[in-house]
Amino acid sequence: MIRKTRVPMREQDPAARIHNFQEVPFGYTPEEAIQEAKRCLQCKNAPCIGGCPVEIDIPRFIAHIAAGDFRAAIRTIKEANTLPAICGRVCPQETQCEGVCTLGKKFEPVAIGRLERFVADWERKRGMELPPVGEPTGFRVAVVGSGPAGLACAVELRRFGHAVTVFEALHEPGGVLMYGIPEFRLPKDIVRREIATLQEMGVELVTNAVVGKAFTVDGLLADGYHAVFVGTGAGLPRFLGIPGESLIGVYSANEFLTRVNLMRAYLFPEYDTPVRVGKRVAVVGGGNVAMDAARTALRLGAEEVLVLYRRTEAEMPARREEIRHAKEEGVKFHFLVNPVRFLGEGGELTAVECLRMELGVPDESGRRRPVPIEGSEFVMPVETAVIAIGNQPHPLVPRTTPGLSVTRWGTIQADEDGATGRPGVFAGGDIVTGAATVISAMGAGKKAAQAIDRYLREKAAG
Amino acid sequence: MYTIVKKRGLADQITEYVVQAPVVAGAAQAGQFAVIRLHERGERIPLTLADWDAQAGTITLVVQAVGKTTVELEERFHEGDALADVVGPLGEPSEIEEYGTVVCVAGGVGIAPIHPVARALKGAGNEVICIAGARNRGLLFWLDRLSDVCDDLIITTDDGSHGRKGLVTEPLKELVEGGGVARVWAIGPAIMMKFCSLVCQAAGVPIVVSLNPIMVDGTGMCGACRVEVDGVVRFACVDGPEFRGDRVNWDLLIARLAAFKEEERCALEQFRAALKEARE
Repeated sequence: MIRKTRVPMREQDPAARIHNFQEVPFGYTPEEAIQEAKRCLQCKNAPCIGGCPVEIDIPRFIAHIAAGDFRAAIRTIKEANTLPAICGRVCPQETQCEGVCTLGKKFEPVAIGRLERFVADWERKRGMELPPVGEPTGFRVAVVGSGPAGLACAVELRRFGHAVTVFEALHEPGGVLMYGIPEFRLPKDIVRREIATLQEMGVELVTNAVVGKAFTVDGLLADGYHAVFVGTGAGLPRFLGIPGESLIGVYSANEFLTRVNLMRAYLFPEYDTPVRVGKRVAVVGGGNVAMDAARTALRLGAEEVLVLYRRTEAEMPARREEIRHAKEEGVKFHFLVNPVRFLGEGGELTAVECLRMELGVPDESGRRRPVPIEGSEFVMPVETAVIAIGNQPHPLVPRTTPGLSVTRWGTIQADEDGATGRPGVFAGGDIVTGAATVISAMGAGKKAAQAIDRYLREKAAG
Repeated sequence: MYTIVKKRGLADQITEYVVQAPVVAGAAQAGQFAVIRLHERGERIPLTLADWDAQAGTITLVVQAVGKTTVELEERFHEGDALADVVGPLGEPSEIEEYGTVVCVAGGVGIAPIHPVARALKGAGNEVICIAGARNRGLLFWLDRLSDVCDDLIITTDDGSHGRKGLVTEPLKELVEGGGVARVWAIGPAIMMKFCSLVCQAAGVPIVVSLNPIMVDGTGMCGACRVEVDGVVRFACVDGPEFRGDRVNWDLLIARLAAFKEEERCALEQFRAALKEARE
């Protein structure tokens, strides 16, 4: 008899966790993991594999867990994905592997993400096994950006035996995993551990290296790199473009989260970077970044955190789990409102003026377009606002690399293997797709690495 | 390793650091900046490049000890020590052309970053007049280096202890009103750059200023450094740091520079207390 519901994962109590930055879920115990793994039907067509952007052999790794062979389980995952501790935490499994799980048609789907996370954590405690590295090929590849796309690409290239150097603009590698996703959702020690694994595999990491400034793609090719992968992500913050947006107290989500995550402003003054949060905080947006910003603001001591979203809960792009976490923690949601103006005194934010919206006809994304209700303006007093309405592709590499075709959204044009208009230059992740998920960027990085490998071997064959 | 190969006091609270940073030194151009971080707990601060030597692989930074990070640099970092991070060159370089006669105005520690700009302008064939001002004689430095890269050097101090008594805006006003000045550069405290801009605007002479708003990453990612130029929001780190001074919203810039005033004061006080304790 199969359990209808998934084995619950224990979590920090909301009342306690809003006062700390420690991770919210505790993860499964071995017993819980085995119990959950036994719910898997082991169906032959395995739709979950197709639902995974990096095509992990999900039924096989779950079968190993059910048999108590956690080492075999992690090996299975790592054949396809070298960063499972990260993916197990931040993938939107509900729309990927778990979304197509056969069991999910009648009951709750198998908790694939929790199981992935469990074996990754188990391995980290027992000692990590290095994925095998290929025989040296004599080829050198430069990877630009050390976010999910760049890391996945670098690992795959090492497996083929190519020498890999990753260039990172910031002082610490990891990209959005370090600066964007908060500690309580993805502990930074885990990211550092995964990156250390890459280095143990022989990936060379160069920090403080801005490609598009001191380095250029053409300069790297001239310096003896045989191919370049561009995974510079969508790091440019979007603002609302409304009056008062430069008042003190208005942050982009990137600034707010970078201060707290990468720079550890939550430990100020032990760490030097400050962050200021008022009693009442408005977060504008409905995605995962908005949820991260809202929950971070609570942990920094805000008394009231409001999420302002111009559509309704049903249209929110944030993961359901993140919305649930935010609600449990006391974040208040105001739907169908859109800020039109920030108000301030002496240069500091004091309030936000909003318009009420209603949903009209669907737009090109298929979601009903929010339409302002005339005369519905109202003012909410707030001391801090965080703009989390999305990021744009970073323009530095496209701007400094002649011959790359760039779309009107600023993304680099690349085929599904990451090949751009320039031979030897590949791209993947948010710089190609616009802001998307960690795992889709990893999938793109991995695919590009395979294409780079083919390109190099063809080149060698003459 | 970003090792400090030379440290030299230049004036009261103003210190010159020559730091190993070959990547930055190899690509630097006048007007650009670097972001540094002292140690693992450090903040990222932008500093406009005062000089560089591509052959030696070093950059020169001139730093006034005013906040926690700059005071810590002064007190705890000596020759042979290394900074945790140096990244650059960042920002767009100065637009160096042959304009004719140009005036370069420097206020206080701004003497350091104006130096490569004046040098580049001179190298491009301009007649370069420099104005260097400070509150008093003890705060002036690099006057010899500055006079090496300009045709005429005018010095002002608020108290008259060296050069002309008064503000840099006075000789600037005479020069731009006298005619024949094609372009002005000004680097220094925001309030000084604001008044230089007003003077130039009144005389109809274009002025370029180097803005120093608060930054976090310095590569266009955070938007902390947003400034308003011609009514449009720009990022000083990637669109600047140089902008036309007559088009900058100065009041907004000055207000935003104080965004973390309370936190900065608290951090500095704590650091000074810790220093005192360590010494006793």
